[in-house]
Amino acid sequence: MPIHEKSLIRPENLVTHEHLEIEGVDVSGHWSTFINTRAVSDYNEQMQEEIAALPGGEYIHRCWQCGSCTNACTVNAINPDFNPRYWIYLIRMGFESELLRDKDIIWQCVSCNKCTYACPRDVFPEGVMKATAHWLELKGHTEKKPSMVFDEAFSEQVFATGKIEDGRVLREFFARTKQPLLQDWLIALVRSLVSRLPVALMMKLGLATLFRPRTRGWGKAQAAIEEYVHEREAAARKALHLDVQGAER
Amino acid sequence: MSDKYKKVAYYPGCALEGTGHAYNRSTKELGKALGLELDELKNWNCCGAMEVKNVDPKLQTYLSARNLSIAEDMGYKTVMAPCNGCYHNLKKAEYDLAHDETSREVTDRLSRKAGHKTYEAGKVETIHALDWIKESVGEEGLKARVKNSLNGLKIANYYGCMYTRPRHIFPEKDQGPGSESTAQPHFMDDLLAAAGAENVNYPLKTACCGGAHTLSDSDTSTKLVLNLLTTAEACGADVIATECPTCHTGLEMHQARAEKVFGRKTKVKILYFTQLLGMALGLSARKVGVQENFSDSMDLLRERGLF
Repeated sequence: MPIHEKSLIRPENLVTHEHLEIEGVDVSGHWSTFINTRAVSDYNEQMQEEIAALPGGEYIHRCWQCGSCTNACTVNAINPDFNPRYWIYLIRMGFESELLRDKDIIWQCVSCNKCTYACPRDVFPEGVMKATAHWLELKGHTEKKPSMVFDEAFSEQVFATGKIEDGRVLREFFARTKQPLLQDWLIALVRSLVSRLPVALMMKLGLATLFRPRTRGWGKAQAAIEEYVHEREAAARKALHLDVQGAER
Repeated sequence: MSDKYKKVAYYPGCALEGTGHAYNRSTKELGKALGLELDELKNWNCCGAMEVKNVDPKLQTYLSARNLSIAEDMGYKTVMAPCNGCYHNLKKAEYDLAHDETSREVTDRLSRKAGHKTYEAGKVETIHALDWIKESVGEEGLKARVKNSLNGLKIANYYGCMYTRPRHIFPEKDQGPGSESTAQPHFMDDLLAAAGAENVNYPLKTACCGGAHTLSDSDTSTKLVLNLLTTAEACGADVIATECPTCHTGLEMHQARAEKVFGRKTKVKILYFTQLLGMALGLSARKVGVQENFSDSMDLLRERGLF
Protein backbone atom coordinates (compact mmCIF):
# COMPACT_ATOMS: atom_id res chain seq x y z
CA MET A 1 0.00 0.00 0.00
CA PRO A 2 1.45 3.39 -0.95
CA ILE A 3 2.53 5.52 1.98
CA HIS A 4 -0.09 8.18 1.34
CA GLU A 5 -2.85 5.64 1.84
CA LYS A 6 -1.74 4.90 5.40
CA SER A 7 -4.45 7.09 6.84
CA LEU A 8 -7.17 5.15 5.03
CA ILE A 9 -6.68 1.99 7.06
CA ARG A 10 -6.67 3.52 10.51
CA PRO A 11 -9.16 1.61 12.69
CA GLU A 12 -11.60 4.56 12.77
CA ASN A 13 -11.74 4.60 8.97
CA LEU A 14 -12.64 0.91 8.62
CA VAL A 15 -16.11 -0.59 8.65
CA THR A 16 -17.24 -4.17 8.93
CA HIS A 17 -20.89 -5.21 8.78
CA GLU A 18 -22.34 -8.03 10.82
CA HIS A 19 -24.95 -8.78 8.17
CA LEU A 20 -24.77 -7.19 4.75
CA GLU A 21 -25.71 -8.53 1.40
CA ILE A 22 -25.15 -6.55 -1.79
CA GLU A 23 -26.84 -7.83 -4.92
CA GLY A 24 -27.01 -11.31 -3.49
CA VAL A 25 -23.38 -11.41 -2.37
CA ASP A 26 -22.70 -11.79 1.35
CA VAL A 27 -20.19 -9.11 2.39
CA SER A 28 -20.51 -9.53 6.16
CA GLY A 29 -17.67 -9.76 8.65
CA HIS A 30 -13.94 -9.16 8.78
CA TRP A 31 -13.17 -10.67 5.36
CA SER A 32 -15.21 -7.95 3.75
CA THR A 33 -13.81 -4.94 5.56
CA PHE A 34 -14.74 -1.64 3.91
CA ILE A 35 -12.81 1.62 3.90
CA ASN A 36 -14.91 4.67 4.64
CA THR A 37 -15.38 7.07 1.76
CA ARG A 38 -13.01 9.98 2.07
CA ALA A 39 -13.20 13.44 0.61
CA VAL A 40 -10.33 15.76 1.38
CA SER A 41 -11.27 19.41 1.16
CA ASP A 42 -8.95 21.05 3.65
CA TYR A 43 -5.67 21.13 1.72
CA ASN A 44 -3.25 23.77 2.97
CA GLU A 45 -1.80 24.88 -0.32
CA GLN A 46 0.67 27.29 1.28
CA MET A 47 2.31 24.79 3.60
CA GLN A 48 5.16 23.69 1.33
CA GLU A 49 6.04 27.23 0.37
CA GLU A 50 5.98 28.41 3.98
CA ILE A 51 8.21 25.60 5.20
CA ALA A 52 10.56 26.15 2.28
CA ALA A 53 10.89 29.77 3.40
CA LEU A 54 12.29 28.74 6.80
CA PRO A 55 16.01 27.97 7.24
CA GLY A 56 16.70 24.36 6.31
CA GLY A 57 13.49 23.79 4.36
CA GLU A 58 14.68 25.28 1.06
CA TYR A 59 15.01 22.05 -0.93
CA ILE A 60 11.85 20.19 0.06
CA HIS A 61 10.54 20.49 -3.51
CA ARG A 62 13.27 18.16 -4.78
CA CYS A 63 11.85 15.09 -2.99
CA TRP A 64 10.70 12.23 -5.18
CA GLN A 65 9.59 9.99 -2.30
CA CYS A 66 12.18 7.23 -2.53
CA GLY A 67 12.10 6.69 1.25
CA SER A 68 15.88 6.59 1.77
CA CYS A 69 15.59 9.15 4.58
CA THR A 70 13.14 7.13 6.65
CA ASN A 71 15.05 3.95 5.88
CA ALA A 72 18.24 5.50 7.30
CA CYS A 73 16.60 7.41 10.16
CA THR A 74 17.95 6.97 13.70
CA VAL A 75 14.73 8.02 15.40
CA ASN A 76 12.52 5.94 13.09
CA ALA A 77 14.35 2.85 14.39
CA ILE A 78 13.05 3.53 17.91
CA ASN A 79 9.72 5.08 16.96
CA PRO A 80 8.12 3.92 13.66
CA ASP A 81 5.78 6.94 13.72
CA PHE A 82 8.80 9.17 13.13
CA ASN A 83 8.68 9.17 9.33
CA PRO A 84 10.45 12.00 7.44
CA ARG A 85 9.43 10.70 4.03
CA TYR A 86 5.75 10.66 5.00
CA TRP A 87 5.91 14.16 6.47
CA ILE A 88 7.59 15.52 3.37
CA TYR A 89 4.81 13.93 1.31
CA LEU A 90 2.12 15.45 3.53
CA ILE A 91 3.72 18.90 3.38
CA ARG A 92 4.05 18.81 -0.38
CA MET A 93 0.43 17.68 -0.79
CA GLY A 94 -0.86 20.13 1.79
CA PHE A 95 -2.36 17.48 4.13
CA GLU A 96 -2.06 19.69 7.18
CA SER A 97 -4.46 17.78 9.43
CA GLU A 98 -2.50 14.56 8.82
CA LEU A 99 0.80 16.29 9.61
CA LEU A 100 -0.62 17.71 12.83
CA ARG A 101 -1.23 14.20 14.15
CA ASP A 102 2.57 13.92 14.49
CA LYS A 103 3.23 17.49 15.60
CA ASP A 104 4.62 16.48 18.98
CA ILE A 105 7.38 14.20 17.72
CA ILE A 106 8.84 16.05 14.72
CA TRP A 107 11.20 18.09 16.94
CA GLN A 108 12.85 14.84 18.07
CA CYS A 109 15.12 14.65 14.98
CA VAL A 110 18.63 14.16 16.45
CA SER A 111 20.47 15.73 13.47
CA CYS A 112 22.56 12.61 12.84
CA ASN A 113 22.48 13.47 9.12
CA LYS A 114 21.89 9.87 8.02
CA CYS A 115 18.97 11.06 5.90
CA THR A 116 21.01 13.82 4.30
CA TYR A 117 23.79 11.28 3.60
CA ALA A 118 21.34 8.86 1.97
CA CYS A 119 19.17 11.33 0.04
CA PRO A 120 19.73 11.01 -3.73
CA ARG A 121 18.03 14.34 -4.41
CA ASP A 122 19.81 16.64 -1.94
CA VAL A 123 16.60 17.50 -0.14
CA PHE A 124 18.57 17.90 3.13
CA PRO A 125 15.77 16.22 5.09
CA GLU A 126 17.50 17.08 8.37
CA GLY A 127 16.99 20.76 7.62
CA VAL A 128 13.40 20.10 6.54
CA MET A 129 12.69 18.48 9.93
CA LYS A 130 13.99 21.59 11.72
CA ALA A 131 12.06 23.94 9.43
CA THR A 132 8.89 21.89 9.98
CA ALA A 133 9.33 21.95 13.76
CA HIS A 134 9.76 25.74 13.59
CA TRP A 135 6.74 26.08 11.34
CA LEU A 136 4.59 24.12 13.80
CA GLU A 137 5.73 26.37 16.62
CA LEU A 138 5.41 29.66 14.74
CA LYS A 139 1.91 28.74 13.57
CA GLY A 140 0.90 28.02 17.15
CA HIS A 141 0.33 24.28 16.64
CA THR A 142 2.84 23.35 19.32
CA GLU A 143 4.50 25.02 22.26
CA LYS A 144 8.25 25.63 22.12
CA LYS A 145 9.72 22.13 22.35
CA PRO A 146 12.60 21.26 24.75
CA SER A 147 15.19 21.05 21.96
CA MET A 148 14.24 24.54 20.79
CA VAL A 149 14.55 25.90 24.32
CA PHE A 150 18.00 24.33 24.42
CA ASP A 151 18.97 25.75 21.01
CA GLU A 152 17.92 29.21 22.17
CA ALA A 153 19.70 29.06 25.52
CA PHE A 154 22.84 27.87 23.73
CA SER A 155 22.70 30.30 20.81
CA GLU A 156 22.01 33.31 23.04
CA GLN A 157 25.26 32.59 24.91
CA VAL A 158 27.20 32.26 21.67
CA PHE A 159 25.74 35.49 20.29
CA ALA A 160 26.38 37.35 23.54
CA THR A 161 29.94 36.25 24.31
CA GLY A 162 31.26 34.30 21.32
CA LYS A 163 31.62 31.17 23.45
CA ILE A 164 29.63 28.85 25.67
CA GLU A 165 30.32 27.31 29.03
CA ASP A 166 28.56 23.95 29.23
CA GLY A 167 27.67 24.19 32.93
CA ARG A 168 25.89 27.46 32.29
CA VAL A 169 23.99 26.04 29.29
CA LEU A 170 22.87 23.09 31.40
CA ARG A 171 21.67 25.26 34.30
CA GLU A 172 19.94 27.68 31.97
CA PHE A 173 18.18 24.85 30.12
CA PHE A 174 16.95 23.18 33.31
CA ALA A 175 15.73 26.54 34.65
CA ARG A 176 13.85 27.42 31.44
CA THR A 177 12.21 23.99 31.24
CA LYS A 178 11.48 24.04 34.99
CA GLN A 179 13.33 20.82 35.73
CA PRO A 180 15.25 20.26 38.95
CA LEU A 181 18.99 20.52 38.48
CA LEU A 182 19.60 17.80 41.02
CA GLN A 183 18.63 14.71 39.06
CA ASP A 184 19.58 11.33 40.50
CA TRP A 185 21.74 10.27 37.61
CA LEU A 186 23.48 13.63 37.40
CA ILE A 187 24.33 13.55 41.10
CA ALA A 188 25.74 10.02 40.76
CA LEU A 189 27.85 11.11 37.78
CA VAL A 190 29.29 14.20 39.43
CA ARG A 191 29.90 12.39 42.73
CA SER A 192 31.97 9.72 41.00
CA LEU A 193 33.94 12.39 39.14
CA VAL A 194 34.61 14.55 42.19
CA SER A 195 36.00 11.55 44.10
CA ARG A 196 38.75 11.25 41.47
CA LEU A 197 39.36 14.78 40.28
CA PRO A 198 42.45 16.75 41.29
CA VAL A 199 41.56 19.80 43.41
CA ALA A 200 43.36 22.27 41.13
CA LEU A 201 41.29 21.20 38.13
CA MET A 202 38.05 21.44 40.06
CA MET A 203 38.94 24.99 41.02
CA LYS A 204 39.68 25.82 37.40
CA LEU A 205 36.31 24.43 36.30
CA GLY A 206 34.56 26.26 39.15
CA LEU A 207 36.17 29.53 38.06
CA ALA A 208 34.98 29.00 34.49
CA THR A 209 31.39 29.01 35.74
CA LEU A 210 31.97 32.27 37.63
CA PHE A 211 33.91 34.11 34.96
CA ARG A 212 32.24 33.34 31.67
CA PRO A 213 34.66 32.43 28.92
CA ARG A 214 34.31 35.01 26.16
CA THR A 215 35.85 36.00 22.85
CA ARG A 216 37.63 39.34 23.18
CA GLY A 217 36.27 42.23 21.14
CA TRP A 218 33.10 40.29 20.31
CA GLY A 219 30.77 43.31 20.64
CA LYS A 220 30.64 44.19 16.94
CA ALA A 221 30.11 40.58 15.90
CA GLN A 222 27.31 40.32 18.46
CA ALA A 223 25.58 43.42 17.08
CA ALA A 224 25.93 42.20 13.48
CA ILE A 225 24.56 38.73 14.37
CA GLU A 226 21.63 40.09 16.36
CA GLU A 227 20.68 42.46 13.58
CA TYR A 228 20.76 39.56 11.10
CA VAL A 229 18.69 37.33 13.41
CA HIS A 230 15.98 39.98 13.78
CA GLU A 231 15.91 40.49 10.04
CA ARG A 232 15.50 36.77 9.41
CA GLU A 233 12.80 36.46 12.06
CA ALA A 234 10.82 39.27 10.43
CA ALA A 235 11.25 37.60 7.02
CA ALA A 236 10.02 34.29 8.43
CA ARG A 237 6.95 35.91 9.99
CA LYS A 238 6.17 37.57 6.69
CA ALA A 239 6.56 34.34 4.71
CA LEU A 240 4.25 32.59 7.19
CA HIS A 241 1.67 35.41 6.99
CA LEU A 242 2.05 36.24 10.68
CA ASP A 243 2.02 39.72 12.20
CA VAL A 244 4.64 41.01 14.63
CA GLN A 245 2.95 39.36 17.63
CA GLY A 246 2.93 36.04 15.79
CA ALA A 247 -0.83 35.97 15.19
CA GLU A 248 -2.15 34.73 11.85
CA ARG A 249 -3.03 37.55 9.46
CA MET B 1 54.57 10.21 6.11
CA SER B 2 54.71 13.90 5.55
CA ASP B 3 55.68 16.96 7.54
CA LYS B 4 52.65 18.81 6.23
CA TYR B 5 50.88 18.63 9.61
CA LYS B 6 53.92 18.86 11.86
CA LYS B 7 52.85 22.32 13.00
CA VAL B 8 49.20 23.26 12.61
CA ALA B 9 46.70 25.74 13.99
CA TYR B 10 44.67 24.24 16.81
CA TYR B 11 40.96 24.83 17.37
CA PRO B 12 39.95 23.17 20.65
CA GLY B 13 36.40 24.58 20.83
CA CYS B 14 34.18 25.13 23.86
CA ALA B 15 33.61 21.49 24.81
CA LEU B 16 37.34 20.88 25.16
CA GLU B 17 37.53 23.72 27.66
CA GLY B 18 34.60 22.29 29.63
CA THR B 19 33.31 18.72 29.85
CA GLY B 20 35.82 17.47 27.28
CA HIS B 21 38.95 18.87 28.92
CA ALA B 22 40.42 15.37 29.21
CA TYR B 23 40.35 15.23 25.39
CA ASN B 24 42.12 18.60 25.22
CA ARG B 25 44.78 17.49 27.68
CA SER B 26 45.37 14.12 26.04
CA THR B 27 45.48 15.61 22.52
CA LYS B 28 48.13 18.13 23.56
CA GLU B 29 50.16 15.51 25.47
CA LEU B 30 49.97 13.10 22.55
CA GLY B 31 51.17 15.78 20.15
CA LYS B 32 54.05 16.64 22.45
CA ALA B 33 55.07 12.98 22.77
CA LEU B 34 55.03 12.63 18.96
CA GLY B 35 56.96 15.83 18.32
CA LEU B 36 54.03 17.62 16.71
CA GLU B 37 53.27 21.24 17.39
CA LEU B 38 49.89 22.86 18.03
CA ASP B 39 49.33 26.61 17.93
CA GLU B 40 45.95 27.56 19.38
CA LEU B 41 43.79 29.92 17.29
CA LYS B 42 43.97 33.35 18.88
CA ASN B 43 40.69 34.54 20.34
CA TRP B 44 38.56 31.90 18.65
CA ASN B 45 34.78 31.69 18.98
CA CYS B 46 32.25 28.87 19.37
CA CYS B 47 31.43 27.02 16.12
CA GLY B 48 27.72 26.95 16.95
CA ALA B 49 27.79 23.20 17.64
CA MET B 50 24.46 21.47 16.89
CA GLU B 51 22.36 24.41 18.04
CA VAL B 52 23.02 27.63 16.13
CA LYS B 53 22.20 25.93 12.80
CA ASN B 54 18.66 25.42 14.10
CA VAL B 55 18.35 29.19 14.50
CA ASP B 56 19.90 29.80 11.08
CA PRO B 57 22.48 27.64 9.24
CA LYS B 58 24.07 30.73 7.65
CA LEU B 59 25.04 32.04 11.08
CA GLN B 60 26.86 28.80 11.73
CA THR B 61 28.74 29.32 8.49
CA TYR B 62 29.79 32.79 9.65
CA LEU B 63 30.95 31.54 13.08
CA SER B 64 33.23 28.97 11.44
CA ALA B 65 34.39 31.40 8.76
CA ARG B 66 35.61 33.75 11.50
CA ASN B 67 37.71 30.93 13.00
CA LEU B 68 39.11 30.00 9.59
CA SER B 69 40.06 33.61 8.94
CA ILE B 70 41.98 33.65 12.23
CA ALA B 71 43.95 30.58 11.10
CA GLU B 72 44.69 32.34 7.83
CA ASP B 73 45.80 35.53 9.62
CA MET B 74 48.13 33.49 11.81
CA GLY B 75 49.75 32.18 8.64
CA TYR B 76 48.49 28.61 8.75
CA LYS B 77 47.29 26.49 5.85
CA THR B 78 45.83 23.84 8.16
CA VAL B 79 43.62 23.95 11.24
CA MET B 80 43.16 20.85 13.38
CA ALA B 81 39.93 20.35 15.36
CA PRO B 82 39.67 17.26 17.59
CA CYS B 83 35.96 17.82 18.30
CA ASN B 84 33.66 16.25 15.70
CA GLY B 85 31.20 19.13 16.01
CA CYS B 86 33.85 21.81 15.41
CA TYR B 87 35.48 19.75 12.66
CA HIS B 88 32.15 19.19 10.93
CA ASN B 89 31.15 22.86 11.15
CA LEU B 90 34.46 24.11 9.75
CA LYS B 91 34.15 21.61 6.90
CA LYS B 92 30.54 22.59 6.29
CA ALA B 93 31.43 26.29 6.21
CA GLU B 94 34.18 25.52 3.72
CA TYR B 95 31.71 23.66 1.53
CA ASP B 96 28.95 26.26 1.79
CA LEU B 97 31.31 29.15 1.07
CA ALA B 98 32.54 27.35 -2.03
CA HIS B 99 29.09 26.40 -3.31
CA ASP B 100 26.43 28.75 -2.02
CA GLU B 101 26.17 32.40 -2.97
CA THR B 102 23.85 33.35 -0.08
CA SER B 103 26.26 31.86 2.46
CA ARG B 104 29.05 33.95 0.95
CA GLU B 105 26.95 37.10 1.09
CA VAL B 106 25.86 36.61 4.70
CA THR B 107 29.41 35.77 5.79
CA ASP B 108 30.80 38.80 4.02
CA ARG B 109 28.21 41.12 5.50
CA LEU B 110 28.70 39.84 9.06
CA SER B 111 32.50 39.78 8.76
CA ARG B 112 32.62 43.38 7.58
CA LYS B 113 30.29 44.56 10.32
CA ALA B 114 32.29 42.61 12.91
CA GLY B 115 35.44 44.29 11.61
CA HIS B 116 37.52 41.41 10.27
CA LYS B 117 38.54 39.98 6.95
CA THR B 118 35.99 37.83 5.11
CA TYR B 119 37.21 34.26 4.85
CA GLU B 120 37.24 32.86 1.33
CA ALA B 121 36.89 29.14 0.64
CA GLY B 122 40.09 27.25 -0.14
CA LYS B 123 42.52 29.21 2.03
CA VAL B 124 42.69 26.88 5.01
CA GLU B 125 42.32 23.10 5.19
CA THR B 126 40.43 21.64 8.15
CA ILE B 127 41.58 18.30 9.54
CA HIS B 128 40.54 16.09 12.44
CA ALA B 129 42.91 14.88 15.17
CA LEU B 130 42.73 11.47 13.47
CA ASP B 131 44.02 12.89 10.16
CA TRP B 132 46.71 14.75 12.07
CA ILE B 133 48.19 11.62 13.70
CA LYS B 134 47.54 9.33 10.75
CA GLU B 135 49.18 11.66 8.22
CA SER B 136 52.15 12.90 10.22
CA VAL B 137 53.05 9.77 12.21
CA GLY B 138 51.11 6.90 10.71
CA GLU B 139 50.83 3.29 11.84
CA GLU B 140 54.49 2.40 11.31
CA GLY B 141 55.65 5.54 13.11
CA LEU B 142 53.39 4.76 16.03
CA LYS B 143 54.47 1.12 16.19
CA ALA B 144 58.09 2.21 16.46
CA ARG B 145 57.26 4.50 19.39
CA VAL B 146 55.01 2.20 21.44
CA LYS B 147 56.50 1.65 24.90
CA ASN B 148 53.54 0.16 26.66
CA SER B 149 51.50 -1.86 24.17
CA LEU B 150 47.74 -1.88 24.60
CA ASN B 151 48.38 -5.60 24.50
CA GLY B 152 45.25 -6.96 22.90
CA LEU B 153 42.88 -4.62 24.76
CA LYS B 154 39.54 -5.18 23.01
CA ILE B 155 38.27 -1.94 21.56
CA ALA B 156 35.08 -0.89 19.79
CA ASN B 157 35.88 2.15 17.66
CA TYR B 158 33.09 4.70 17.77
CA TYR B 159 33.20 7.62 15.30
CA GLY B 160 29.69 9.05 15.70
CA CYS B 161 27.82 11.14 13.13
CA MET B 162 29.70 14.34 12.44
CA TYR B 163 33.01 12.81 11.33
CA THR B 164 31.53 11.30 8.17
CA ARG B 165 28.11 12.81 7.48
CA PRO B 166 26.94 14.22 5.21
CA ARG B 167 29.54 12.94 2.79
CA HIS B 168 29.56 15.92 0.41
CA ILE B 169 31.35 18.17 2.92
CA PHE B 170 34.31 15.75 3.10
CA PRO B 171 35.62 15.70 -0.48
CA GLU B 172 38.92 14.09 0.60
CA LYS B 173 37.16 11.02 1.98
CA ASP B 174 36.07 8.00 -0.11
CA GLN B 175 39.01 8.50 -2.49
CA GLY B 176 40.13 4.88 -2.57
CA PRO B 177 43.01 3.14 -0.77
CA GLY B 178 44.61 5.21 1.97
CA SER B 179 41.74 7.66 2.28
CA GLU B 180 39.13 7.65 4.99
CA SER B 181 35.78 5.98 4.29
CA THR B 182 32.50 7.66 5.19
CA ALA B 183 30.62 4.36 5.30
CA GLN B 184 33.25 2.33 7.16
CA PRO B 185 35.70 4.77 8.77
CA HIS B 186 38.94 3.12 9.85
CA PHE B 187 41.56 5.76 10.77
CA MET B 188 41.03 5.28 14.51
CA ASP B 189 41.00 1.49 14.10
CA ASP B 190 44.31 1.68 12.21
CA LEU B 191 46.01 3.82 14.84
CA LEU B 192 44.79 1.81 17.83
CA ALA B 193 45.76 -1.47 16.14
CA ALA B 194 49.26 -0.03 15.66
CA ALA B 195 49.31 0.66 19.41
CA GLY B 196 48.57 -3.00 20.11
CA ALA B 197 44.79 -2.99 20.51
CA GLU B 198 42.55 -5.70 19.18
CA ASN B 199 39.68 -3.94 17.41
CA VAL B 200 36.38 -5.78 17.62
CA ASN B 201 34.04 -5.83 14.63
CA TYR B 202 31.68 -3.08 15.79
CA PRO B 203 28.71 -2.49 13.51
CA LEU B 204 27.67 0.82 15.14
CA LYS B 205 30.80 2.86 14.34
CA THR B 206 28.82 5.71 12.84
CA ALA B 207 25.51 5.24 14.67
CA CYS B 208 24.10 8.21 16.56
CA CYS B 209 24.37 8.73 20.35
CA GLY B 210 21.61 11.34 20.38
CA GLY B 211 24.16 13.96 21.40
CA ALA B 212 22.20 16.88 19.98
CA HIS B 213 19.32 16.15 22.36
CA THR B 214 21.32 14.71 25.19
CA LEU B 215 19.52 16.92 27.74
CA SER B 216 16.41 18.01 25.84
CA ASP B 217 15.23 14.49 24.94
CA SER B 218 17.11 12.38 27.48
CA ASP B 219 15.08 9.20 27.11
CA THR B 220 15.78 8.99 23.38
CA SER B 221 19.49 9.60 24.00
CA THR B 222 19.61 6.99 26.75
CA LYS B 223 17.99 4.42 24.43
CA LEU B 224 20.45 5.20 21.63
CA VAL B 225 23.47 5.11 23.97
CA LEU B 226 22.32 1.93 25.66
CA ASN B 227 22.19 0.31 22.23
CA LEU B 228 25.77 1.44 21.55
CA LEU B 229 26.99 0.14 24.91
CA THR B 230 25.24 -3.23 24.88
CA THR B 231 26.28 -3.86 21.27
CA ALA B 232 29.91 -3.06 22.12
CA GLU B 233 29.71 -5.54 24.99
CA ALA B 234 28.11 -8.16 22.77
CA CYS B 235 31.01 -7.67 20.34
CA GLY B 236 33.39 -8.46 23.18
CA ALA B 237 34.78 -4.94 23.68
CA ASP B 238 36.34 -3.85 26.99
CA VAL B 239 36.57 -0.26 25.86
CA ILE B 240 34.75 2.07 23.49
CA ALA B 241 37.27 4.46 21.93
CA THR B 242 35.88 7.90 21.10
CA GLU B 243 37.05 10.87 19.06
CA CYS B 244 34.38 13.44 19.91
CA PRO B 245 33.72 15.16 23.26
CA THR B 246 29.94 15.24 22.73
CA CYS B 247 29.78 11.51 21.96
CA HIS B 248 32.18 10.77 24.79
CA THR B 249 30.29 12.74 27.44
CA GLY B 250 26.98 11.48 26.03
CA LEU B 251 28.08 7.85 26.40
CA GLU B 252 29.28 8.48 29.96
CA MET B 253 26.20 10.44 31.04
CA HIS B 254 23.71 8.05 29.57
CA GLN B 255 25.59 5.01 30.81
CA ALA B 256 24.98 6.42 34.31
CA ARG B 257 21.43 7.45 33.41
CA ALA B 258 20.59 4.02 31.92
CA GLU B 259 21.59 2.45 35.22
CA LYS B 260 19.71 4.95 37.43
CA VAL B 261 16.58 5.45 35.33
CA PHE B 262 16.19 2.23 33.28
CA GLY B 263 17.98 -0.12 35.69
CA ARG B 264 20.33 -1.29 32.91
CA LYS B 265 23.95 -1.60 34.01
CA THR B 266 26.77 -1.87 31.47
CA LYS B 267 30.44 -2.14 32.28
CA VAL B 268 32.22 -1.30 29.03
CA LYS B 269 34.72 1.57 29.57
CA ILE B 270 34.80 4.79 27.57
CA LEU B 271 38.13 6.42 26.67
CA TYR B 272 39.30 8.98 24.12
CA PHE B 273 41.53 7.48 21.42
CA THR B 274 44.13 10.11 22.36
CA GLN B 275 44.17 8.76 25.93
CA LEU B 276 44.68 5.21 24.67
CA LEU B 277 47.43 6.20 22.24
CA GLY B 278 49.09 8.36 24.89
CA MET B 279 49.22 5.51 27.37
CA ALA B 280 50.61 3.21 24.69
CA LEU B 281 53.40 5.73 24.14
CA GLY B 282 54.24 5.48 27.83
CA LEU B 283 52.41 8.56 29.14
CA SER B 284 50.79 8.00 32.53
CA ALA B 285 47.01 7.65 32.81
CA ARG B 286 47.06 10.80 34.92
CA LYS B 287 48.91 12.73 32.28
CA VAL B 288 46.30 11.93 29.64
CA GLY B 289 43.51 12.85 32.05
CA VAL B 290 41.90 9.45 32.63
CA GLN B 291 40.76 10.45 36.11
CA GLU B 292 39.06 13.51 34.63
CA ASN B 293 36.62 11.40 32.60
CA PHE B 294 33.14 11.17 34.10
CA SER B 295 33.25 7.39 34.00
CA ASP B 296 35.81 5.44 35.97
CA SER B 297 38.12 3.21 33.91
CA MET B 298 40.92 2.92 36.49
CA ASP B 299 40.24 -0.69 37.51
CA LEU B 300 40.45 -1.99 33.97
CA LEU B 301 43.57 0.03 33.20
CA ARG B 302 45.25 -1.14 36.42
CA GLU B 303 44.40 -4.73 35.56
CA ARG B 304 46.00 -4.25 32.11
CA GLY B 305 49.08 -2.55 33.51
CA LEU B 306 48.27 0.72 31.78
CA PHE B 307 47.62 2.84 34.85
